[in-house]
Amino acid sequence: MSENQKSEQKSKTGEIPFVDYLVLGEDPYLQANECESCGARYFDRRNACASCFEDNFRQVPIATEGEVTSFSIVQMGPIPYVSAVVDCDGTSVKCTLMNVEATPESVKLGMNVKLMTYSMGEDSEGVEAIAFGFEPASS
Amino acid sequence: MGSDAVWIIGSNMTKFGKHPDKDVVDLAADASRNALKDAGISLADVGVLGVGNLMNAGAGIGQQLQKQIGQTGIPVFNVSNACATGATALRVAVMAVKAGETDVGMAVGVEKLAGAGLLGQRGPKPESDTWEPSGRHGALSSTEGRIGTSIMPGVFAQVGMEYGHKYGGTSFELFARISEKNHAHSTLNPLAAYQKRFTLDEIMNDVMIAYPNTRPMCSGNCDGAAAMIVVSDEKMKSMPSEVQKRAVKISASVLTSDPWVDGCQILPDVNTLTRNAATQAYEQAGIGPEDLDLVELHDCFATAELVHYDNLMLCEEGGAVDFFESGAPWRDGAKPVNVSGGLQSKGHPIAATGIANIHEIVMHLRGEAGDRQIEGAKVGLAHVIGLGSACGVHILEKVA
Repeated sequence: MSENQKSEQKSKTGEIPFVDYLVLGEDPYLQANECESCGARYFDRRNACASCFEDNFRQVPIATEGEVTSFSIVQMGPIPYVSAVVDCDGTSVKCTLMNVEATPESVKLGMNVKLMTYSMGEDSEGVEAIAFGFEPASS
Repeated sequence: MGSDAVWIIGSNMTKFGKHPDKDVVDLAADASRNALKDAGISLADVGVLGVGNLMNAGAGIGQQLQKQIGQTGIPVFNVSNACATGATALRVAVMAVKAGETDVGMAVGVEKLAGAGLLGQRGPKPESDTWEPSGRHGALSSTEGRIGTSIMPGVFAQVGMEYGHKYGGTSFELFARISEKNHAHSTLNPLAAYQKRFTLDEIMNDVMIAYPNTRPMCSGNCDGAAAMIVVSDEKMKSMPSEVQKRAVKISASVLTSDPWVDGCQILPDVNTLTRNAATQAYEQAGIGPEDLDLVELHDCFATAELVHYDNLMLCEEGGAVDFFESGAPWRDGAKPVNVSGGLQSKGHPIAATGIANIHEIVMHLRGEAGDRQIEGAKVGLAHVIGLGSACGVHILEKVA
């Protein structure tokens, strides 16, 4: 997302996503830059595709549910948290798992999770930052 | 290989640990001068110098070293390549000798890290009272903790857990037992930073850093240096017989970076580049994993050691857990791995590591490894990987 688009989104909604690739709205989702030539997907800005070197990208939505393929419970700070890799229908996503106890008993490889968003608070201009995480899915 | 073979004729490492009274250059000087002495040559014979140091990458440690041990005007290559920095310095010396630019090269890796704390952690951004996106993800603040982790213990924990998800059979206890092995091995290595044997209970009940890695399952930040003298085949044949007898052949010297694979932007892929480096190294050396008498691999965390059994093809694909359960990687097993104690107990002064692991193999192939000698060792492999990523694999043989 360009800086212009970003400030547009900021002014229209009074909300700003924590990262460019989180698309806010009624049903928030993550969005990747997909290489038009080989289909490789990136969440960050790329000058060219690391896989095939072409430089045309299109924006594609990423599935909002997935399976935990790896995790670690990071206990180096005051509050332990779960870092996880989620396979969202073939696209890997890095996230913090939310609404789950940060213990090996509560987090399992292969567990189903879904995208969620939460507020990080407002800045001095009243703009609310929205972050994402994944939480256990009921199914 | 024939006449383009490159040989190690001098090798040395300092004790790893805390060296409060020595600076980076002191440590590099100790290892370098001892490696020259070991080779029985003078600095005047050396035609190229590769020097690895990560924490002062812009400081020209190579030239600083020359000021202390001898300024001969030879080309100096200061290199920095994450945890593969030492192996990269050696690659520079080997390439120069192979290219015929010189007959004698010296490689040095040095680091002072004691008390450095966690690596990979970025400092806080300056406070602003409005949300401002920055960087290639347009993030409003540090992503650490907000979007998972990028700190090493957590990243490598996920590398091990991913293997478990793919193939099954892993557990907290399994990873802890890998660490138990390396700490047990370290008791025989007087140059290791830590020589304490831990029980499985002690390892599992120690401070949790990033599940499933507890503190003793993480490599130790410490100080240290290692240095190596390499020569061409022709030069080796001109050396006195006592030098020739102790010479060790570099049968393969390989450095790779990580090719693009799906998902590597999310969790660094430490597997593909290691497997690629191993494949190239076995091909170069004309030997297979079954021929190896010992292996020093990059166990920066206990969770990493498991995946590299597989990546280095010490077992069948997906068979790393069974390989460990068979007892093979213990020093009295079929395929001893990290008999030095590994990074978890020997310590991990980053840029020194990629030469120190080769030094360990050299000592065994020469029959000079003392109490921890693997009897009759003729072939060994040393592996390092630095996130980013860079992977070095060297295969050494005792030929003479």
